[in-house]
Amino acid sequence: MEIIQLLISGMSQGCVYGLIALGFVLIYKATEMVNFAQGDLMMLGAFLSYTFVSVLNFPFMLGIIAAIGSMAAIGAITERLAIRPMIGEPHFSVLMVTIGLGFIFRAASGFIWGSEPKTLDTPYAGQILKINNIIIGYENIVILMATILLCASLVLFFRFTTTGKAMQAASQNQLAAMYVGISVRKINTLVWAVSASVSAAAGILIAPVSLIDPQMGFIGIKAFAAAIVGGFGSLPGAIIGGLIIGIAEQFAGLYLPSGFSEVTAYIILLIVLIARPHGIFTSMHIKKV
Amino acid sequence: MTILQVENASISFGGVKALQNISFHVKKDEVFSIIGPNGAGKTTLFNLISRIYDLKEGSLFFKGVDATNLSTHQIAKLGIARTFQNTELFEQETVLNNLLIGNHIHRKTSLLQEIIFDRKTRNQEMEFRENVEAIIDLLDLQAYRYQKISNLPYGIRKLVEIARALSMKPELILLDEPSSGLNPEETEDLIFQIEDLRAELGITVLMIEHDMNLVSQISDRVMAIADGQTLIVGHPKEVQDHAEVIRAYLG
Amino acid sequence: MQFIRKTNYYQDIQLFKHGGQIFWYATLLFFLLFTPLFLSEFYLGELALVFIYGIAGVGLMLLTGYTGQVSLGHAAFLGIGAYCHAYLLSHEVPFLISLTLATLFSATVGGILAIPALRVTGIYLAVATLAFSVIVEQILTHWVSVTGGYRGMLVPAPSLGPISLQSFEIFYYTCLTFLILTIFIALNLLRSPTGRAMTAVRDSEISAESMGINLAQTKAIAFSLSSGLTGLAGGLLAHKIGYLAPDSFNLLMSIQLLLMVVVGGLGSLHGAVYGAIFIGFLPQAIALLRDSLPGTVAHTPGLEPGIFGLILVLVLIYEPLGIYGRWIKIRSFFEEFPLYRQATHKRQRTFLKTERLR
Repeated sequence: MEIIQLLISGMSQGCVYGLIALGFVLIYKATEMVNFAQGDLMMLGAFLSYTFVSVLNFPFMLGIIAAIGSMAAIGAITERLAIRPMIGEPHFSVLMVTIGLGFIFRAASGFIWGSEPKTLDTPYAGQILKINNIIIGYENIVILMATILLCASLVLFFRFTTTGKAMQAASQNQLAAMYVGISVRKINTLVWAVSASVSAAAGILIAPVSLIDPQMGFIGIKAFAAAIVGGFGSLPGAIIGGLIIGIAEQFAGLYLPSGFSEVTAYIILLIVLIARPHGIFTSMHIKKV
Repeated sequence: MTILQVENASISFGGVKALQNISFHVKKDEVFSIIGPNGAGKTTLFNLISRIYDLKEGSLFFKGVDATNLSTHQIAKLGIARTFQNTELFEQETVLNNLLIGNHIHRKTSLLQEIIFDRKTRNQEMEFRENVEAIIDLLDLQAYRYQKISNLPYGIRKLVEIARALSMKPELILLDEPSSGLNPEETEDLIFQIEDLRAELGITVLMIEHDMNLVSQISDRVMAIADGQTLIVGHPKEVQDHAEVIRAYLG
Repeated sequence: MQFIRKTNYYQDIQLFKHGGQIFWYATLLFFLLFTPLFLSEFYLGELALVFIYGIAGVGLMLLTGYTGQVSLGHAAFLGIGAYCHAYLLSHEVPFLISLTLATLFSATVGGILAIPALRVTGIYLAVATLAFSVIVEQILTHWVSVTGGYRGMLVPAPSLGPISLQSFEIFYYTCLTFLILTIFIALNLLRSPTGRAMTAVRDSEISAESMGINLAQTKAIAFSLSSGLTGLAGGLLAHKIGYLAPDSFNLLMSIQLLLMVVVGGLGSLHGAVYGAIFIGFLPQAIALLRDSLPGTVAHTPGLEPGIFGLILVLVLIYEPLGIYGRWIKIRSFFEEFPLYRQATHKRQRTFLKTERLR
């Protein structure tokens, strides 16, 4: 029974990692940039939902939609101000810029909301589902359902909308996409908006489970590990990577000495990088000369 | 005397057979050219020889030594230098430093000696510099010595890349399309420069080239390949008139 | 504009290219030697900290600026050096031997880290080093018998034989000596084959390999040297902070180290030192700034990292070559006055350079 319960809480934690990882992968696929501020975007999303729902007393669903919408705007503005000037610079520079952005977001949220942890009031808080001896919190069920829903809508978006197809084209070859008349710049801004809102969703989902504070963005690094484990370029890979790390972490917390659960994600990451330098779900590329 | 021998070399990328049973040998002091339409597998063949790709089948001998399983840097130490189709120079460094890096295989100092920069290291640096200056003179690069590669025009970069390969003092040099991107005057200079390599430095030249005029002027022998297979090996005139070669080029 | 008439190849190898350079560096050294006479203990300590950062900066510069391998986990080596040195000192190992052993130990760990690093490049490498540093932080926290865990670890007072190094002046001179030594080592390496091999690996791995450079060996040497020097800085830093806690060597510290080389100017030793000065004095500047800010802003917990982040972003967007790059521009403005053209240093418009290959 314990195992099933661990599995479920691991899966819900993993889904959150997976969603943030999805944000990483979206941006990487479209622009080949790695956004280290992804976790902090998630944190901002959580804080915004707290503001809308608990402070401004919006109805729950409306508050969430408002939070996700404002995060999309923040993502787009960030891209426009800080990322677009970096096109063509070495990847390492872009990475450093996003690290810097992460610090700025964290300081800003500390400034706006203070360092006291906040809780998000949800209509499903504290409710549990009991099947035989297994106790499952509603939060976990909501996380699982929402992840499936989000992934499905992303798949539909990429497969059936013109914008989604244009994004796919731009991620394959920016120059070619430009030649066929896709505005690559607009696409990049849009990708940042989508990615920021997916992260915001992750933040809102995890808010009832963990508290909201400026430091919560650090789980973004674990999510990044998940993205790499999943191959860093495949959307389903991101979710699977998240699940692997989420579940492994729960089991390590129970069966291994203290301290191991914090580093499980990184140990898995190192093993994967050594065994398959480009992740589990991608094939190796060699530079052509 | 044979300096390089390739036997039954085959390689495939995900089901596509890039090279099939290629066999040829290069004699010492000759200029051997490889021609063929785009996608024929010429650069792949070079990458096989410099061991960037692994041979799936077949073997590779250099100066009688089995080089099939050596790594890229070991091949360089044996005496094979190469250039790249679109130039792969050390962009952030000066021309001088690029050429000095070519001397790396002749390094005799240890890390510790370099850290304290003792007499031996100092003498070695002077020796390297003299080697490099000789090559700078040979290829007329004096004006560019202290220039950063990223500021140089394409034609000069091509030349610097040949110079860098030469500073390794190789016995065999692989030139990957040395004339591509050069203007007619530069191409004409190139003919003399390649002849100088052989005459003055005694270096064997293996090159990939599209310019048939250049190929027929300086090559001793030519190999034509298409779709990863050898069409013919022979004298330039003979290859140029070969029916299959003409068909491969004209479709 | 000054032109140097060269008559001998050796002139290109010399550490000082002309008399002017010797004069200015000698003046600087003279000034630094006599600083303790007229500076307060507090600022002397801050200068010593700058020297320590300088050592770590040169170490990281060798790896990131010259070999092109990004490390997001260099704080781990600072921590390894600091803990190793403090542990040995508390077991009565003499100061210099202990510092040497701490340096060698960090260098060895760096060399071992290079093994997985050989297989991964770019972004993957950055993340691997990040993972490594998190793991080291956890080890420092949980290996209580050696590190004292959360309780921390007191660093014994340093002494060189009978001479105590406790005083601010002597510690200042110790750090200065090690910084000069570090810079000397780095300069020597950069003018010899190993240093050139490192820059070759940075600019084109495939080309470096076909020039006969052993990629694995070069990267391992770069990692080892870099982490050894950072470990040395860690050992000295241990004395500066006096009390070691695992969370002093976290991600924020790694980012500070990287900020140092980026803000200073990648690919130049001057940059490493400028960056060290910048990082060393920034907290003081922020502290001064705090006094003149309204209370709510001044006491925001994340203010300092936030300002770090802001500077990092601004520098990368507007002056990617860092302080050193800016200095070059200012210098050429005066040298070429009144003929200076802004276009000389204008960045070319670039497009996305793909590293994805198919």
